[in-house]
Amino acid sequence: MRIERPESYAEAAALLGDAASDGRLVRPRGGGTKWNWGAPAAEPDWILSTSRLDRVLEHNVGDLTAVLQAGARLADAQALFAEAGQMLALDPPLGERDAATIGGIVAAADSGPLRHRYGAARDLLLGATVALSDGTVARSGSKVIKNVAGYDLAKLFAGSLGTLGTIVEVVVRLHPRPASTATVIGVTGSAEELAQAALSLSQAPLELDALDVCWESGRGSLLAQVGGVAAAVRAARIARELPLDASARDDDGALWARQRERQRSSNGVVIRVSGLPAELARALALAERLDASLAGRAGVGTWWLTLSPSEPDAVDELRRGLRPFPCAVVDAPRDAGRATDRWGPSDPALVRLSHRVKERFDPAGVCSPGALP
Amino acid sequence: MSVAPLARELAAICGDGNVLTHGDQLRTYESDALLHLRVRPELVVLPDTAEEVRRVVRSCHEAGVPWVARGAGTGLSGGALPVEGGVVIVLSRLRSILEVDLPNARVVVEPGVTNLDVSRAVAPTHFFPPDPSSQTVCTIGGNVAENSGGAHCFKYGFTTNYVTGLDLVLPDGDVVTLGGKEVDRPGLDLLGAFVGSEGTLGVATRVVLRVVPVPADTRTLVAYFDEMEAAGQTVSDIVAEGIVPGAIEIMDRLSLRAAEQATAAGNPDVAAALVVELDGPAEECEARTAAVVALCERNGASGLRVARDEAERALIWRARRAAFAAMGRISPSYYVQDSVIPRTRLAEVLGRIDELAREYGFPVANVFHAGDGNLHPLVAYDAREPGQAERAEELSGRIVLACVDAGGSITGEHGVGLDKKRYMGAMFSEADLSAFQKLRCAFDPLQRANPGKVMPTPRLCGEVPGPYRQHPLEAAGLAERF
Repeated sequence: MRIERPESYAEAAALLGDAASDGRLVRPRGGGTKWNWGAPAAEPDWILSTSRLDRVLEHNVGDLTAVLQAGARLADAQALFAEAGQMLALDPPLGERDAATIGGIVAAADSGPLRHRYGAARDLLLGATVALSDGTVARSGSKVIKNVAGYDLAKLFAGSLGTLGTIVEVVVRLHPRPASTATVIGVTGSAEELAQAALSLSQAPLELDALDVCWESGRGSLLAQVGGVAAAVRAARIARELPLDASARDDDGALWARQRERQRSSNGVVIRVSGLPAELARALALAERLDASLAGRAGVGTWWLTLSPSEPDAVDELRRGLRPFPCAVVDAPRDAGRATDRWGPSDPALVRLSHRVKERFDPAGVCSPGALP
Repeated sequence: MSVAPLARELAAICGDGNVLTHGDQLRTYESDALLHLRVRPELVVLPDTAEEVRRVVRSCHEAGVPWVARGAGTGLSGGALPVEGGVVIVLSRLRSILEVDLPNARVVVEPGVTNLDVSRAVAPTHFFPPDPSSQTVCTIGGNVAENSGGAHCFKYGFTTNYVTGLDLVLPDGDVVTLGGKEVDRPGLDLLGAFVGSEGTLGVATRVVLRVVPVPADTRTLVAYFDEMEAAGQTVSDIVAEGIVPGAIEIMDRLSLRAAEQATAAGNPDVAAALVVELDGPAEECEARTAAVVALCERNGASGLRVARDEAERALIWRARRAAFAAMGRISPSYYVQDSVIPRTRLAEVLGRIDELAREYGFPVANVFHAGDGNLHPLVAYDAREPGQAERAEELSGRIVLACVDAGGSITGEHGVGLDKKRYMGAMFSEADLSAFQKLRCAFDPLQRANPGKVMPTPRLCGEVPGPYRQHPLEAAGLAERF
């Protein structure tokens, strides 16, 4: 396995072009924090590291936009944006030593609690530049926050796990940091109560920044973050009205950091479920039965369930219990991961169309083969 | 080529009365809202169901005839302009709201449902944020095709942020479901690639939309300025304070005059009117309103009115929404542009537009979504005077290019269609366009869906480029293609 570290977009594209002519398999790599997601069936011949494409090229403070090279670490970029009272409203777990890069986060379509208010990576992208296996560098989108010229290839590449080419640059929309934040925490031993409280908050016009739940060993919490000039007052009111044992606190950074980490595991099997808000009770009941923990977005309907790797059939049981929701295995210990079907059942018509797209963008089939269903 | 056999086939699918073949009947469909472009289609078909749409598309595919899907025809870029020798598939009869699922904040609709009817279906607790000015008549199918925007996009986002799934008839007549009610599904985001594809990748027959709770409180205000720069500066100051208004719009003197003639909303004759709508929880809304009022005053607003009730709010918005149509009152013809600039370049670009307007001798009115830098310069001219239409179009084009030069885009919400494809080269390189074409060819290798739109020059798809060679690992069963 050879590691290549291109210093320019043209170099990255030339590398992919060479791979296509030589029939070498290539996988892009940023911080390597999600390297086992999607699990290609074969080791790549070459790794295209974005470690030398790691700069924040533009932070347009007045326009609330930024241009980032794919290898820029999100943590570094956020520190820069914070100096101007701004943020990229994308807060997935950043992995060991906060190594996650913007390119990797976008390619894996990862997100965190702020997904509730601000959308997924796809929703925050204004444009993307990609290196393709025909040796070209292609740009789509623009640097302005509103644009409908050309196809939205940035969305196509978000979540594509390197199967169409390599993202080398993204343009993102930024948001102002709230003047202050406060978080309501409601705890309960009843999964049904938790699901009901979460659903009623998700339907209320509270303009929450985040609305999460977590559940472990028969106890769960609801976490609702408000931001703005009156955050503390609003959080206190929500806490009073919440039919759970609830309190509000304004020093909430560590609490959300812990919640984010619940999306990852180094020794368990983590399954990301694309569900619906009103089905949380079903997911919680299943988590109880399978002795799994659950964390996720109550208002979005996306949950991460962590199972013990010693229960090999639990993934299938979870998929049966949550049908028809897609259940993707993200983290899994090495041995368990190999044996596991990462994606579960897929719609054949959708797979056919996806393959047609793959064939057009990567006719030689050298870009991260096997990573997607 | 005679389309008579195809006409008979479509009549067998949709019924005799639902296939139009005669000149007078076809005339209605010759153009969309970009009225100066007209093409007479060979056939117009009005299916009633998704299954009929699928069979119509399949028949066109088998007959080798291109087609254009059309909703209400309110598009301003010629996106629904028929193709010579082709079929127009009118989707306005597919107008059922199939499901309202408020606990999950989803609505499932057919493509012919109007934008406003989606919000009506989920009122009073929820609403559908994308709100193009034509929202009372424009259809969701068209909104999806164009990734429509509207006044509330700066805070709430665009159509693409609210479509979670759809059933798609591909140009060969196959059907595939993209997305669903759930979001963040694994796999390629073909849904994200489809929304905004301007009818070139297929036709959506069922759309799942996300709706959001109606904000607890809404405040709408209008401030008047004697200098456009002061209005622009106020917008920048509002954004710099970390305030994200629900909507933030500017009208210049000419558009204000036109709108005033049409609506008598009571707007004075000033250089600029700034409309700001703030929404959210009551405390936040109140604080934000106070901050915006202070910023308007600091920038020398000559007048300011905060709507006291829904009627006053509606009046402010009526004037804004009427701006396009009202131009007809002060000019026999006008040409609407839809370019975008980084907001911080506003003053500079408006100055450049003024220069160009003087050079060409046409008045240019400006109405714009100031939060996201989306300008709608309206070039006023008289089509009855020989040569004026051409010069107005040329001026309009130079305005577009001035916006691109400032780091912007040729279109923020109206789409490329036929009208703006000539400017695509100003924004995108040959490699960029070739990447777009890869997507097009994956969905529509024969290019039968709305051909001749979006891409600046015709391109072939051909077979999958560079003959596919099976990788040795794949052959050995060790690697999968994808």
